[in-house]
Amino acid sequence: MTAETTSGSSPLGAWTARLAELAPAVRVTERPFLTQLTLRVRDAQAQAAIGPALGVELPSTPCSFTRGTGPHGELEVLWLGPDEYLVLARPGVQQSLEDAIRAALGDAAGAVVDVSAQRTTLALSGPRVRDVLAHGCAIDLHPSAAPTGTCVQTLLAQAGIVLLVSDAGRDEFTLLVRSSFASYLAAWLIDASVEYRMVPA
Amino acid sequence: MTANFRLPVGGRVNRDEALRFSLDGRPMLGYRGDTLASALLANGVHQVATSIKYGRPRGIMAAGVEDASALVQIEEPFPEPMMSATTVELYDGLIARGLPGQGRLADRPDPARYDAKHVHCDVVVVGAGPAGLVAALTSARSGARVVLVDDQNQAGGALLGSDEYFDDLGSPAAWVHEVLAELRATPGVLVLERTTAFGAYDDGFLLALQRRTDHLGAAAPKDVARQRIWRIRAKQTVIATGAHERPVVFADNDRPGIMLAGAARTYLHRYGVLPGRRIVVFTTNDSAYTAAIELAETGVDVPMLLDARAVPPEGLVAECAARGIEVRAGHAVTGTEGREHITDVHIAPLAGTGHPDTIMCDTLLVSGGWNPVVHLFSQLRGALRYAPELGAFVPGEELPDVQVVGSAAGALDLASCVRQGGEAGRAASEAAGFTRPAPVPLPTSDARVAEAAAMVLWQVPEGAEPTADTRFVDLQRDATVSDVLRATGAGLRSLEHIKRYTTIGTAHDQGKTSGMIAAGIVAEALGVKIAEQRPTTFRPPYTSVPFAALAGRDRGELHDPVRITAMHSWHVAQGALFEDVGQWKRPWYYPRPGEDMADAVLRECRAARESVALMDGSTLGKIDVQGQDSGEFLDMLYTNMMSNLKVGRIRYGVMCGVDGMVIDDGTVIRLAEDRFLVTTTTGNAAKILEWMEEWLQTEWPHLRVFLTSVTEHWATVPLVGPRSRDVLASLAPELDVSNEAFGFMSWRDTVLDVTGGVAARVCRISFSGELAYEINVNAWHGRALWEALMAAGEPYGITPYGTETMHVLRAEKGYPIIGQDTDGTVTPQDLGMSWAVSKKKPDFIGKRSFARSENNRPDRKQLVGLLPANPATVLPEGAQIIESAHLPEPPVRMLGHVTSSYASAALDRGFALAVVRSGRDRIGETLYVPVADDVVPVTVTDSVLFDKEGTRRDG
Amino acid sequence: MQLISCPWCGPREEVEFHYGGQAHVAYPDDPAALSDEDWARFVFFRDNPSGPFAERWSHAAGCRRWFNAIRDTRSHELLDVYRMDEAQPARTGTS
Repeated sequence: MTAETTSGSSPLGAWTARLAELAPAVRVTERPFLTQLTLRVRDAQAQAAIGPALGVELPSTPCSFTRGTGPHGELEVLWLGPDEYLVLARPGVQQSLEDAIRAALGDAAGAVVDVSAQRTTLALSGPRVRDVLAHGCAIDLHPSAAPTGTCVQTLLAQAGIVLLVSDAGRDEFTLLVRSSFASYLAAWLIDASVEYRMVPA
Repeated sequence: MTANFRLPVGGRVNRDEALRFSLDGRPMLGYRGDTLASALLANGVHQVATSIKYGRPRGIMAAGVEDASALVQIEEPFPEPMMSATTVELYDGLIARGLPGQGRLADRPDPARYDAKHVHCDVVVVGAGPAGLVAALTSARSGARVVLVDDQNQAGGALLGSDEYFDDLGSPAAWVHEVLAELRATPGVLVLERTTAFGAYDDGFLLALQRRTDHLGAAAPKDVARQRIWRIRAKQTVIATGAHERPVVFADNDRPGIMLAGAARTYLHRYGVLPGRRIVVFTTNDSAYTAAIELAETGVDVPMLLDARAVPPEGLVAECAARGIEVRAGHAVTGTEGREHITDVHIAPLAGTGHPDTIMCDTLLVSGGWNPVVHLFSQLRGALRYAPELGAFVPGEELPDVQVVGSAAGALDLASCVRQGGEAGRAASEAAGFTRPAPVPLPTSDARVAEAAAMVLWQVPEGAEPTADTRFVDLQRDATVSDVLRATGAGLRSLEHIKRYTTIGTAHDQGKTSGMIAAGIVAEALGVKIAEQRPTTFRPPYTSVPFAALAGRDRGELHDPVRITAMHSWHVAQGALFEDVGQWKRPWYYPRPGEDMADAVLRECRAARESVALMDGSTLGKIDVQGQDSGEFLDMLYTNMMSNLKVGRIRYGVMCGVDGMVIDDGTVIRLAEDRFLVTTTTGNAAKILEWMEEWLQTEWPHLRVFLTSVTEHWATVPLVGPRSRDVLASLAPELDVSNEAFGFMSWRDTVLDVTGGVAARVCRISFSGELAYEINVNAWHGRALWEALMAAGEPYGITPYGTETMHVLRAEKGYPIIGQDTDGTVTPQDLGMSWAVSKKKPDFIGKRSFARSENNRPDRKQLVGLLPANPATVLPEGAQIIESAHLPEPPVRMLGHVTSSYASAALDRGFALAVVRSGRDRIGETLYVPVADDVVPVTVTDSVLFDKEGTRRDG
Repeated sequence: MQLISCPWCGPREEVEFHYGGQAHVAYPDDPAALSDEDWARFVFFRDNPSGPFAERWSHAAGCRRWFNAIRDTRSHELLDVYRMDEAQPARTGTS
């Protein structure tokens, strides 16, 4: 069952003000209620067929994401596994997007699942964002190692995350965390930012 | 009365910043830049501690981490045990106490912050001495990302303890400053001072402890992490950790005032402190001559230098003579006098001419040669080789992506150190892909070079074995030469065994000065070559690391992730107490004012059985199973048949391992021909998804099945009790909730009258035995759903309940909790669930094991109910079950144990579930449960104790 | 912290992975046809070599894919990783 849902209580709704205090060293904002669909498709032909339906090609290399605009507005498609993708879209297009993907998928082996509330999405930016992430993330986020378009599933502190390098040059990242871990992660981000709040770069 | 041993000028201390401190209540002054040890020496204090076993006075023997004796307890600003005075940077208000061997942990939580940080680089250089600095700069100039780690508060390494002059570049300090300035200005270079690399691991991983605010004392900013663990991942590692001087063992070699010769140079040049006024030097090599000469040049009385070698270095002897220092070749120290401080040394010729003598002094400097600091290399499992010319172990093989340079590799002169540093820096950056040539001009110095080979001398030979041995090998452990000989005399030959027998090298200094000497004495005692002895293994950490630093910010609320549901804030606001289930916080029960847990649970149970109640079931694991072959796949995973489940229907399912033991259970709902949603127990969600993926990906990759976790996408609320239908109906205007239209074990999608219409999936399932509905909505609406249900149920006294009530309700019905009533040795048949095991399916995971004879023994433990003879009794979970009314002599035959036990409102008594041998055959029998000093009689019953016919559930 | 190279995601810290025991122990075609002993051998018995050992690992905190690895049990060195649909690489000698 997929429902068009654009409202309610987001996992970090209660944290907005506390997260906002981390600026300007780190800017952390929740992007609530995004449409998130897990897409599973193995067959290369079917993968190719889905691109036009979305308006953006599926990422072809592991640990990357693609971004584009199509019938459902601006989309990001995240590589989560060799036959697994996460489609991020604006709030409220769960049903229409699922229908479009299913139509493109046809009879090919695959799956589409609405997981919009499974994870919440955070936009992270600011001059100290890499420093803060480095306190809990073992991935090398230097622009030379993690350029724009990188999408890794890994751990931040003790929570599993999906981390997107949205714009390496502008120090912009997108972080997805499972909803039940969101408040832990927010508390961790605030704690890890303490020093940078005192001495902005 | 404080003596002043500080020189009027010199040293790298800031004489404009005086710092107050005390040791054992004695107030003193030092300067910014001092260590506690240098400040004590400046005040003429040598004795710092007393030894752990013999209570002997102990002083400052070194100037760094290798010191084994100057142990203090820091009292203020915050208690810290077992600190080396030689590594504690002085700060204002430091209050220390000399340690009688052992320290004391604080009795209050440490208010300081600690953290960790990852850093990635092409080249990590450990040690900012001459070799490390050249290596780091060479790498940095090539464009590589470089991390330079050094444990001191300033770079320079051995240069900090010398007054040599660099021919082309001026003072070493100027050269160090220049190199550091360039490193700091180079993008991609990180210089970490006050940072000890304490552990080297696989794949270029290095752990280092940075002391960031320790030196600020009480003035340390509260929001800055006091210490940080750096988690360094490097493509290439350059180890330039230098060398530690080692002493020579002789009688009464532990008195305060006896110090390593190189340490005296460090105190002189780095801190502007004289170790004493009348100084005797005892050496086996050329390096200590420099100490003698430099001290004499400051005006200190250096009457004598004893060189163990028969033929001393001519040039150095001449330099000594020019300064009035008598060199006695072929001589050694045979003993000392004094108590809190050395007063005399006894000397004697090692062989040949000469006669014993006694010299008055207040300081004895000793050098027995230098031990390369090979700890990190050895931690990386690099083999060590004994270098007879050094009397020490050096790296004995090449390790991939690792280089050891400078004194750490056995090079003891500046020219070799900087040359090796440059070569290593170039090789490392090239190996990391940076080929731009980047030569660094190498400094040359006017330092005295060694003229003659060193002599390897572990201990000064004694004629007769002394009765009370004072020839200390490991000062911190109070272990002597006699202890070593006792070990070898007892037949021990391996250094590892002798280390454990004597405890030498096991104290907090980890034998930095004693390990090599112990190896030498053992070899002498056994008449073997050291080269044939395997050295003891160096293990992390190189120096002690506080647990608080290792914990970092994983303390308090961040200790373990707390997982919460969309309704969590409501539970908190209502005063729920919480139970930890895995990382989840689940409401345990909701006490009302004046209620204890028992009252609250009885009330919650009554509400569920008599009217309506609800709980937060969002933590249940949920897996979307999609694809044409989903039914076939689930048929293999569950013991029961799932492929014939009709769309719209729900089936309870049991999962077993290949051994036939139950691993999980839950419901399976069929959403479409090619789509199911399965639930797992809360604690097993991740494990079961991984289990299912393992079969899918490794055994049956041809199946067109896709698994997606949707646990947190849904908020799930079981609505339970005879009035649950009324409550649901009032919120679901479009749903026909009649038993005919919406029967047990089916599901419906509908729109709830919640905040303008919320899509919901309602499953008619029951874990309580009551009429019940499990309502699922997108988690964004979980809180709204919950509040709407509370409002709609108000006329019926709707009651929120927690996990304890859930447990009671399900136990009354005999529903097992996997992991509580089972322990990995329980089959579905043992649980009385043969009905959930398909007879039709040709195979499923676990099926073959059910046919094993072991699984068909009549005396297997089976799930039954227990009713204590006294209805008021609630048995403790875990209690054992026996056959007799009196506890027999051991061994006692156990029939099983209590797995779940509660007081029941519905039954008006205590009851339990238990696994009991041949349990089902024993129904009606009386068995016994020893509880403390009592033996409680219990009647064995069927596991279902309430509403056996299921009329309530189906109502 | 050892690095394990996921065939998809590349080298990651070992905490991201779960161990899955010996690889290439296929589920029997027809368990019912096996004797109790042969079945027990499949369920309970695994090799325990000193040296290269083919194992299953799952990149649990990453792409959730199971893959195979050859690990030298003496050094923990991972000599090879390969996808489930790839053949076990031939190895000669002791490593």
